[in-house]
Amino acid sequence: MDLAHDERQPYQWTLNFGPQHPATHTTLRLVLKLDGERVVDAMPDIGYLHSGFEKLGEHLDYNQYVTVADRMNYVSPMANNVAWHMAVEKLLGIETPPRCQSLRVIVAELSRISDHLLCLGAMGLDTGAFTHFIYAFNPRERIYDIFEALCGARFTNSYTRVGGLMYDASPKAIEMIRDFLKRLPKALRDMERLLNRNRIFVERTKGVGVLSKAEAIDRGCSGPVARASGVARDLRKDEPYLNYRDFDFDVCCAEGGDCYARYLVRLAEIRESMKIVRQAIENLPPGPVNVMGTVPFASRVSLPDKKAVETTIEGLITHFELVMSNRGFETPREEVYFATEAPNGELGFYIVGDGSQRAYRARCRGPSFFHFALFPHLIRGHTIGDVVAVLGSLNVIAAELDR
Amino acid sequence: MQLVQQLQTAFAGLTASEFRGQTRIVAPVESLFDILKTLKEKHGFDLLVDITCVDYLDYPDAKDRFGLVYLLANTETAERIAIRCFVNDPEPTVPSVVALWAGANWPEREAWDMFGIRFDGHPDPRRILLPEQFTAHPLRKDYPLQGLGERHNFPVITRAEG
Repeated sequence: MDLAHDERQPYQWTLNFGPQHPATHTTLRLVLKLDGERVVDAMPDIGYLHSGFEKLGEHLDYNQYVTVADRMNYVSPMANNVAWHMAVEKLLGIETPPRCQSLRVIVAELSRISDHLLCLGAMGLDTGAFTHFIYAFNPRERIYDIFEALCGARFTNSYTRVGGLMYDASPKAIEMIRDFLKRLPKALRDMERLLNRNRIFVERTKGVGVLSKAEAIDRGCSGPVARASGVARDLRKDEPYLNYRDFDFDVCCAEGGDCYARYLVRLAEIRESMKIVRQAIENLPPGPVNVMGTVPFASRVSLPDKKAVETTIEGLITHFELVMSNRGFETPREEVYFATEAPNGELGFYIVGDGSQRAYRARCRGPSFFHFALFPHLIRGHTIGDVVAVLGSLNVIAAELDR
Repeated sequence: MQLVQQLQTAFAGLTASEFRGQTRIVAPVESLFDILKTLKEKHGFDLLVDITCVDYLDYPDAKDRFGLVYLLANTETAERIAIRCFVNDPEPTVPSVVALWAGANWPEREAWDMFGIRFDGHPDPRRILLPEQFTAHPLRKDYPLQGLGERHNFPVITRAEG
């Protein structure tokens, strides 16, 4: 355990990496056993960002907890919003209206683009390609603008609600998404031309941190990390949720399993996400964005819109019933697990309902937790400079890791 | 469901239920490891999605204290299954499945950290998110949201000592 004071060490020295280090991006700590520049072993020490999110989930109601879900993977909070409320709706047995489903697909895919852009940019930054980072960050800024137009918040969006969305998308937001889709391919081409055949980058990532297909499954990997090792598993295709069934897109896989393969898979997934957003935005169904809208006040689940609250007695009563701390809606005394394909992999929530409007247990299965666990396995035998390349390619988000 | 029937003929004392299309099997702790092993090796559930725990202390009509949940998935057919297993105080213990899935290491450490569930045969049974000095298991229902003041008693390391 105490590597720093282990007298029998066969290696030469111990390096403490983090918890505060620019290349760890967030609060991650690694204790590296080094033999010269070679990493003999690595010991991840997590928990620096543990904030008791799961305990909070037992004390906040199903709508309030979405603000905490935002803060889990703060690089793509919209995807977490969608995952949390999809799980709650699974427990309640609600089917959301088509417009809500399409809008959720759009925001989830935009956040996938934004997550992958940051991951790719940071991967370049860590391996010495600073310009690449700036090229990747620029389109991210536009995604933040779109989210701001959608829900008023740039970073922690809390856009979804039980049974729907906070607001409908305005024509301006839809126009911004169209504009973004026109500009993004150029940024992607720039990024590819800068890095894909860049000799320094390729040498630093190819053959580094190789994960075989069998190991990826054995260690519970999901998302781009698993797909880069040849596991063709994408929950959007395998267990289609929302209306992903209606869209034409491919699952991006690679065979290499190294950092470069993970880089390429993420880059390809951005293009697939663009395809999905384009199809969704051009075929956006009309109608309400929450279940309240389809059958007025029939299902006592989603908050009525402000106009109904201020002008009708049914709206006012429904609103009052839902927001009072001792009222709210009833949930079944049951347990469900629901997973979505978040940018980093399988993001699932295991919710235990006890009849009240608060979850009895709100377990979050984040992909980072499983991906960081395999870090020592990937880094053994590589050099210290590869630590940041492997970390960057796994895209570990500490808030989701420690919750 | 065929799979459930096969399991029920192979192992005694299994109860199965379904909710919103999700199959759950409650297994006794004695045969838990063998069931998971059978599922992995014979039925193709090769991916361990998660191991988690629920404390049923305040749950209406609950008989047992802790319920462990093993979420498995089949990467070929995209099927899922949940295996649940109930354990009780004073020494809630289940066999570790790290031998079956290497990815079980951290989730089991987290279940120990947060709920105080012992995993027999775990290669590295330490706390994971909380520091070693921590004595409580904070996701248990008898642990208050505000904590019990553990943070005030953490050792303070000065720059000279560090």
